[in-house]
Amino acid sequence: MTASIQVGASPQVQYLLRLGDSCLVLAQRISEWCGHAPILEEDLALSNMALDLLGQARGLLTHAAKLDGQGHDEDQLAFLRDERQYLNPVLMELPRGDFAYTQLRNFAVATWLLLLWQRLQTSSDAELAAIAGKAVKEAAYHQQHAADWVVRLGDGTQESAARMQAALASLWPYFNELFDSDAVDAAAAEQGLGPAWSELKPAWQAQMAEVLADAGLACPKDSPYQSQGRRGIHSEHMGHMLATMQYLQRAYPGGRW
Amino acid sequence: MTSNTSTQNEWPLWEVFVRNKAGLDHKHCGSLHAADAKMALQMARDVYTRRQEGTSIWVVLSSQIVASDPGEKGMYFDPMEDKVYRHPTFYELPESLNHM
Repeated sequence: MTASIQVGASPQVQYLLRLGDSCLVLAQRISEWCGHAPILEEDLALSNMALDLLGQARGLLTHAAKLDGQGHDEDQLAFLRDERQYLNPVLMELPRGDFAYTQLRNFAVATWLLLLWQRLQTSSDAELAAIAGKAVKEAAYHQQHAADWVVRLGDGTQESAARMQAALASLWPYFNELFDSDAVDAAAAEQGLGPAWSELKPAWQAQMAEVLADAGLACPKDSPYQSQGRRGIHSEHMGHMLATMQYLQRAYPGGRW
Repeated sequence: MTSNTSTQNEWPLWEVFVRNKAGLDHKHCGSLHAADAKMALQMARDVYTRRQEGTSIWVVLSSQIVASDPGEKGMYFDPMEDKVYRHPTFYELPESLNHM
């Protein structure tokens, strides 16, 4: 069995991995809907979005691996890092839940990603700016698609509204982590690599509030809970997800495909 | 039976017409089920266009389309090859006219 790899601690690499891992892990979770969505057309839409996110993750991980300078590539970063080396917020790794839960999470993440990509287009890192230029269009579509579903379900039947409200209550505490600030963010902002995520909070809240109001959903009270996925401290779901995702590469180390 | 009827009401059939970037006209490319026009557009974009930019999509409820009756084919589409006097083949078109 190939040993797990470690990535460097440079703020630049960590900043890229937090974003790249977010895209990769959410892509994995959305992919779990394949063949299970409520209707065929939505099945395609979800797969489509998972593919977009995976494409974004590939660009970011490839770039992070290059900056890390240990000779790794995107596959090794994806398949040979263990849980503590993954830097996505816990929000992304939570199990897919029901359709309301998935659409609400997609909406929250797409809104956040869209704000981030818009700013990253002017990153001091030309490669990152190019990835953002491509991703920003995808995120805009993801946001619109998910927002429509949030409104449709929130303002739908009694059952769908109750499910959407339950999804909101369940996901709410995990949104905090998206806007937490620390040294990695501060360094990225200072170098002009990208914004500190905390800067995105007011715009994110405004866009969320607008759609939630359209959907007739009440925002829960702010939670003091602070998840720590960006520092490698994950929920109990992460290990299981990685075991599934990494199985083949771990069983046949170095296999080419 | 009840559920079938409600599925048909809630997820009606839409016809999709797409004009690709260089295309001159919207071509019918298929159909799909969607709950409303906006959803139909988004789904058509995923299923039929692969998001090529510069593409235009029309969706229309299948129930809004009126089709000609195959039983009236003879009356409607009688080939007019033997009626040369009906064909404007005696004109020379200026070269600057395209797509006639």
